[in-house]
Amino acid sequence: MAEFQLPRNSRIGKGKVFSAPADAKNTKVFRIYRWNPDDDSNPRVDSFEVDLDTCGPMVLDAIIKIKSEIDPTLTFRRSCREGICGSCAMNIDGTNTLACTKPISEIKGEVKVNPLPHLPVVKDIVPDLSHFYAQYATIRPWIRTQSTTPPDRERLQSKTEREKLDGLYECILCACCSTSCPSYWWNGDRYLGPAILLQAYRWLADSRDEATGERLDELEDPFRLYRCHTIMNCTRTCPKGLNPAKAIAEIKKTLMTRRGI
Amino acid sequence: MKEKQRPLSPFMIGPYYKPQLTSLMSISHRASGVFLSVVGGPLLLWWLVALGSGPEAYDSMLACLDGWIGKLTLVACVFALSFHLLNGIRHLVWDTGRALDIKTAYTAGWLVLIGTVILSAILLGVLL
Repeated sequence: MAEFQLPRNSRIGKGKVFSAPADAKNTKVFRIYRWNPDDDSNPRVDSFEVDLDTCGPMVLDAIIKIKSEIDPTLTFRRSCREGICGSCAMNIDGTNTLACTKPISEIKGEVKVNPLPHLPVVKDIVPDLSHFYAQYATIRPWIRTQSTTPPDRERLQSKTEREKLDGLYECILCACCSTSCPSYWWNGDRYLGPAILLQAYRWLADSRDEATGERLDELEDPFRLYRCHTIMNCTRTCPKGLNPAKAIAEIKKTLMTRRGI
Repeated sequence: MKEKQRPLSPFMIGPYYKPQLTSLMSISHRASGVFLSVVGGPLLLWWLVALGSGPEAYDSMLACLDGWIGKLTLVACVFALSFHLLNGIRHLVWDTGRALDIKTAYTAGWLVLIGTVILSAILLGVLL
């Protein structure tokens, strides 16, 4: 059922304020969501004033600086710092994106940093993505074949067949798109969401895969696929510039064609 | 053991998620659809019944709709119908797999909004 308000234990309270050193001239305020499972209190938003003259250009640089210089308890995921691992996906300035590829200079005023929307929070800006990964597993994201493997070579693809995977294989499963989708917020228990559907389409579009019918059977479901109402938050937010909305539309189209409509 | 007490991260469009043309138009599409079926449909039915029941019933219906509430409802219905119709066409095009990149979706979105105003103005011009 659609919910429009945060549950009681999730309402956000006032947090602490950490001012910049007095000699800092070029400062910016980062308002970061905090929640500690060891406290018995509600989440809060802490304000950190960061000296940009001694900080790297990206939001992740500022968050790392806060952790190393201001508050070491600040908890977040990060790894590659170049937009390829998807670990630092979070809601920055009201839009989901990767902290490592989001320049601070693009944000006017205070920088609001929240965990990816509508997920259980593990700590601070670390959300629990178990359900998202479990959904990924349900589409069995690997090649499924019936024919025997050629004994002397790989399963080959023509250049055109390979090109059909462009815009799909680049997905890093950061979950920015899925957690930007209102349909996923409200029906995420059964709706697969844009990221998983784009991955599902990646296997449908693969010329080497031989389980297209089976895959389509698994997707043809009022919830798993058809909770997509083309809201397009997914495409708008994808930090890799991919188009999940288009991939979902292609799945729907394929199903229609299969039915002979 | 702590898992059950985990808070839900903030999500709502507006305070926590930036509203966008696409998401706002999606919500409006649903809202206008609900409005048309809850208000527009019965209104049309009332009009048809009044039309069939003779001049007196028809006159009393017109009298009801002549007040500012009646007029406002009619104007709202015309706007909702124009918007739902034009945005519905946008959705049909999307269903063919076309116009799904952000730029085209936005251009089409603005066209729908401009079209809604024009179509409503024409319909209201005919009605009034």
